[in-house]
Amino acid sequence: MTDNLTISDDKSSTELLINEFVVRFANTNGTGSASANNMFAKAILRMGIPVSAKNIFPSNIQGMPTWYEVRISQKNYLGRRGGKAELVVAMNAQSLSDDINIVKEGGYLLYDSSRALPDSQIRSEINYLGMPISNICLKEYSDPRQRQLFKNVIYVGALAALLSMDFTLLKALVRDQFKGKEKLITPNIYALELGYQYANKHFICPLAIKVESRDLINNRILVDGNTGVGLGAVYGGATVVGWYPITPSTSVIEKFASYCHRLRIDPASGKKNYAIVQVEDELAAIGVAIGAGWNGARAFTATSGPGVSLMAEFLGLAYFTEIPMVLVNVQRSGPSTGMPTRTQQSDILACAYASHGDTKQVLLFPDSPSECFDFSAQAFDIAEQLQTPVIIMSDLDLGMNDHLTEEFSWQDDKRYDKGKVLTAEQLDEVEVFGRYIDVDDDGICYRTLPGTHPDKGAFFNRGTSRNRFAGYTEKSADYVDNMERLTKKFYSAIHFLPKPEIQQGKKKAPIALVYFGTSSHPIAEAIDQLQEQGLATDTLRIKAFPFHLQIEQFIDEHSLNNKKVFVIEQNRDAQMKSLLVNELQIDPNKLTSVLNFDGLPITSGFIVQTVLAQLASPQLNTKVG
Amino acid sequence: MSFIKSTFRHPRLPVNDLGLTYRDYEGALSTLCAGCGHDSLTAAIIQACHELSIEPHKVAKMSGIGCSSKAPNYFLNKAHGFNSVHGRMPSVATGANLANQELLYLAMSGDGDSASIGFGQFAHVVRRQLNMVYMVANNGVYGLTKGQLAATADRGVKNKGGDVSLFNDIDLCVTALQLGASFVARSFSGDKKKLVPLIKAAISHKGFAFIDIISPCVTFNNHAGSTRSYDYVHDHITTGAVADFVPVKTEITSDIDSGECEDVCLHDGSIMRIQKLDENYASTNASQAIMDIERHKQDGKILTGLFYLEPTASDFHEINDTNDMPLNQLDQDALCPGSRVLTSINESFR
Repeated sequence: MTDNLTISDDKSSTELLINEFVVRFANTNGTGSASANNMFAKAILRMGIPVSAKNIFPSNIQGMPTWYEVRISQKNYLGRRGGKAELVVAMNAQSLSDDINIVKEGGYLLYDSSRALPDSQIRSEINYLGMPISNICLKEYSDPRQRQLFKNVIYVGALAALLSMDFTLLKALVRDQFKGKEKLITPNIYALELGYQYANKHFICPLAIKVESRDLINNRILVDGNTGVGLGAVYGGATVVGWYPITPSTSVIEKFASYCHRLRIDPASGKKNYAIVQVEDELAAIGVAIGAGWNGARAFTATSGPGVSLMAEFLGLAYFTEIPMVLVNVQRSGPSTGMPTRTQQSDILACAYASHGDTKQVLLFPDSPSECFDFSAQAFDIAEQLQTPVIIMSDLDLGMNDHLTEEFSWQDDKRYDKGKVLTAEQLDEVEVFGRYIDVDDDGICYRTLPGTHPDKGAFFNRGTSRNRFAGYTEKSADYVDNMERLTKKFYSAIHFLPKPEIQQGKKKAPIALVYFGTSSHPIAEAIDQLQEQGLATDTLRIKAFPFHLQIEQFIDEHSLNNKKVFVIEQNRDAQMKSLLVNELQIDPNKLTSVLNFDGLPITSGFIVQTVLAQLASPQLNTKVG
Repeated sequence: MSFIKSTFRHPRLPVNDLGLTYRDYEGALSTLCAGCGHDSLTAAIIQACHELSIEPHKVAKMSGIGCSSKAPNYFLNKAHGFNSVHGRMPSVATGANLANQELLYLAMSGDGDSASIGFGQFAHVVRRQLNMVYMVANNGVYGLTKGQLAATADRGVKNKGGDVSLFNDIDLCVTALQLGASFVARSFSGDKKKLVPLIKAAISHKGFAFIDIISPCVTFNNHAGSTRSYDYVHDHITTGAVADFVPVKTEITSDIDSGECEDVCLHDGSIMRIQKLDENYASTNASQAIMDIERHKQDGKILTGLFYLEPTASDFHEINDTNDMPLNQLDQDALCPGSRVLTSINESFR
């Protein structure tokens, strides 16, 4: 058995780490830890220090292990680093052994010492900070729920002392957080004080890892991507939503609904300028979006992989009938049960080629909550300009975790572009209207909305082959004519889509990293680590499919003379690489994969190790996992 | 068989309040089989819309897949139509209606489309109380795939190929009544006189209006032994009440004698005049209607007519409290909160 105070001189000789470490909280889900952990991360933010937080949670409501990993980095390394954590707050007996093992050598374990640790749980190379949190709560509170809830607040108070956080600021944060629920402020501050004072009395504070106030946040905000998408849809003018709950996309709709409730009530009548309907399944969810898109409203739905599978038939219809709508796919790991609360980028091919027959869909790949906002708003323009579904490819990490991101911004002079829609007056001027006549030679035809004109512009919209006047036909020539026009339209789409983000010097670096979405988060750290090894890198971030010409050029230029292009993605089968190879006719040997698919956000450590291993012993065409 | 539609018009065709003749309500030439019940049904829709002076372009024709779902192409050429996905018309109609509540949504579906692949979507669009007219052309077989039994086929009947319907049948009227449809009726495509008033009333009704129309398939389900053949339906049809439709602002003239009837005022001010033939009949009692349907079925009869009518029903938009201005007509100023609001939203994430 060990006692509560085990900081020995040799172990506390840990090198001093200021504003550059990882804290991992191990909790049981359903115990109210999320809001306390969130408060901790936000306090770091308010101290002006860059921070990111990953919630690693089970597909369960109560009783299973859950972790919250906070990265504090004044170097602005906001992706996951990989490896062990400098400080672990172990509040879950179920996962205690694993949590002890994840503490870095010389690091700290803050644990509930109300029950002593067995000797088998003692690692000599780490520091144990035992605090009898359960006993404190038992003494302080009579209500069982409070005894549970305040445990979380107490350890945050202790961390404030241990890490030398600004305690006044933390208390102010509590006041902000419970605005409107003032009754809760005093007990929460009291619990913070309990922890703070206990730590100051029993431990040597601060530890060798600690935080110091900085001014490194600038205009950035701490928010999740689903909030960005939901709010972007409000700004983009979405009015109709059909949806079906599925983790991790549910909060896209919940955020959209709550912002609409605030911002979309008609001031004159007090009525809603939106309609959201929770339907029976994902088939109906996309059906609603398609029906509304056909009728001229901006409409969307949000789902994840299994929902996309169900929507595939309708995606084919929308592609072929050329109906604008937006689909948000917050990707997660694999099929229906197993790891639905873990992240992946594994629906790339399923979405790019969604549906039966020859179909290609337009994809957007945001990498931050701020870009989620921009792309979400922009997607409604793109969908109407192109008259086709636009799929926003987010993922669980982006959608549900808080990220430090540029503040949301909107240009008031920017007007919605509804694309080629004919009004009654324009129809009067048109000599002959044909829904599928390619007047502008860009594959994008003029459409009409139901109810527009008494005599002109009506047509029977159908998922079978049609001629240029929307008339039923089974003639091969008409079918081919239409399919070729759709191909032309797909390439016209490139002009409407965001360009890739390229960073390169005049002299091309020997290593190029190609990535998209959340795989971009650890890139800055990976680049610096490769540079330390003497390896310069150029980078390209893909933002949209169909691919811009620059992507092909970049890959060509970086695969000459023994240079190497790595495609970094979070799936097993190198889906983005496959799409690049297939669409750009690139020699597969020009692209080397870096593939992370363990369900957790990709780390800089993994990227660097994989790149170095590939350089040391190239395994062309072998997928490295 | 004709393959070109005649453009000949009688010079003195009657015109309606909009100055339109029934020909202004027609569609493309039908490609259904000669004698198909669905063609009588589309003729009834054309007559109903013409007589009600519906603006043709203010109608949205919705359908799924199947012979029934091809039918919207054969009426109201001036209206947009959406021939969607098998069994999924209800969700598309929902989205369309949410986007613009001012159009009249006339939906055509079939027994396969609504009672099998789309049974879930059918159930939920009823629950949603979408303001639409949902018509099922019910012939008990899959016509377009050549005669397989549908879920509405009576248990024990044989199709043309000799396959027996092994499982219990689904009565879509009973489903609609259970799930709260505010207008439920059954009719027969071979009896236009009774069908047209029901379609008119369904159009005038606000809320979800469902009409199950027995519409025989002359090619695959008109044989002896079928319970959806013209002969069988003629011989076994019965009704609990005769209903006639009296439009808004017209003098009440009806074939039904006013002495023994009940007048129900519909949402738009028109009147449904109902004459009881069965003493149990009550147009406001859904559970009674379900019992009546089941009782007649046990007696080997097909009960038709108006089963249920809730004239003051609400619809989705009323429940949702949607702005009266159709959502697809709101401009950016009404929809986009602007940059100033965004500044305060950003503050909540610091």
